[in-house]
Amino acid sequence: MDSELRELYQQVILDHNKSPRNFRVIENANHYSEGFNPLCGDRIDVYLDVENGIVKDISFQGRGCAISKASASLMSSMVKGKTVEEAEKLFEKFHDLITGKLDDDPDIKELGKLAVFAGVRDFPARVKCASLAWHTMINALKEENDIVTTE
Amino acid sequence: MDIKVETTKKKIEAYDVEKIRKDFPILFQKVHGKNLCYLDNAATTQKPQSVIDEVIKYYETINSNVHRGVHSLSEMATQAYEESRNKVRDFINASSEKEIIFTRGTTEGINLVAQSFGRMNLKDGDEVIISTMEHHSNIVPWQMICEEKNAKLKVIPINENGELIFEEFEELLTEKTKIVSVVYVSNSLGTINPVKKIIEKAHSFGVPVLLDGAQAIQHFRVDVQDLDCDFFAFSGHKIYGPTGIGILFGKKALLESMPPYMGGGDMISKVTFEKTTYNQLPYKFEAGTPNIADTIGLGKALEYVNQIGIDKIAVYEKELLDYATESLSQIEGLKIIGQAKEKSSVISFVFDIVHPHDVGTFLDFEGIAVRTGHHCTQPVMDRFNIPATARASFALYNTKEEVDVLVNGLKKVLEVFS
Repeated sequence: MDSELRELYQQVILDHNKSPRNFRVIENANHYSEGFNPLCGDRIDVYLDVENGIVKDISFQGRGCAISKASASLMSSMVKGKTVEEAEKLFEKFHDLITGKLDDDPDIKELGKLAVFAGVRDFPARVKCASLAWHTMINALKEENDIVTTE
Repeated sequence: MDIKVETTKKKIEAYDVEKIRKDFPILFQKVHGKNLCYLDNAATTQKPQSVIDEVIKYYETINSNVHRGVHSLSEMATQAYEESRNKVRDFINASSEKEIIFTRGTTEGINLVAQSFGRMNLKDGDEVIISTMEHHSNIVPWQMICEEKNAKLKVIPINENGELIFEEFEELLTEKTKIVSVVYVSNSLGTINPVKKIIEKAHSFGVPVLLDGAQAIQHFRVDVQDLDCDFFAFSGHKIYGPTGIGILFGKKALLESMPPYMGGGDMISKVTFEKTTYNQLPYKFEAGTPNIADTIGLGKALEYVNQIGIDKIAVYEKELLDYATESLSQIEGLKIIGQAKEKSSVISFVFDIVHPHDVGTFLDFEGIAVRTGHHCTQPVMDRFNIPATARASFALYNTKEEVDVLVNGLKKVLEVFS
């Protein structure tokens, strides 16, 4: 496999694509949003259970490419247990990473496992795939309803 | 039976694809270190050297405005521009050059009919019929005018193979139907629709028919008089011509009855602040300075297709389609979306375990260009309950070897994902 391609499709990404974590519905979620990428038709539902500003539980469902599915899966693993502010900050860093604005080692280390998405910066057309789940989560967190928003 | 096969073989042998490929300079390049294998022809086709040269020659020698000057350059530009119109007329066998309107592309042609014919003829409660397999460009313009006029948009459903259900179409036709606008060949399924039958049926209700010919014109002979269609829209760039130039054919009587679509220069015969008299056909629908260079380029592209012969191209592409369908069907887990009996050289496919976007990125690294996504046909994706497909679409310069390259590329993708 070409090195640039291998950088994009790292083993961790392939693994999360094949067996995504937290791929389920949270029945009593108090935050929910639907994300849609009109360019490619991919869609995702993100559910969150937030208590006292802390993400107690997070899950997702939907369909998309390996990059978008793995991104949603890793996001859910990383965000669980974090405060809402921490989750938002993490997204900012993550977005900088995939758009090639993050070069500092300490910054990348802070991202932990999410660093596997660094290869996305060489594929501008795939930035939206990697960020769809995150945008949807941020949207869900902004929803002030205590109940799941229905379509 | 044997004799028939023999004749087909003979025709294929006479088709020198290697010689044809040499006419397309873009094909001889490397992508990610691999030979380019361009299989995205339903999106746009590559241009032969003669078309590229023609556009350059126009700017180098006769660039000037048309229908305006009395000077030599303007006269030459006007002549070349109008010659293109005649080449188009001849190519689709329209009875008059007045029926050939230059547009930016298929989309503009459909919008013109929706805004001009639609605005004039649709009223509260009227109906427009399209189909499930329309490109967004043959859905949205009708939605817009239907909303404005409080008319209804009716949709012909398709079956599991991706074919129109003709009986359902018959059911939809009523005295309220004002126009039927359907795609000749589906860009995402490859289905060739039975348009002659559709036109005949619609005409029995006195309803005119617009054909979206964007994916038909480059693949087989189109004769608008034989089809008896009322409007036919296509784009130059899908038939080896430049982008930004398209054609709307319309029957003269209909076009004459319709109001202009845009106002401006060239579409008028007399202007005062009290009243403006519109120009005659086709200029009534061509406001402003047109895309002269690319129009001339389109004329050259049609000349190129004529040199090879559209019937020969059709036979060759059918052979390619059959070979590709057979080869792709051998790949485990690959499902072809769109299995109509009558198909053009377009194959949409999906895998259970790999998303089309990942397929597209991996193939790109093999030098293979395919389209992935919904192909501007979201209702088709919904119909088959899929988010997207990967699509390989073939043109007159593609080869069986390139089909093999695609198959090998797909096998490599599957190795990574399984």
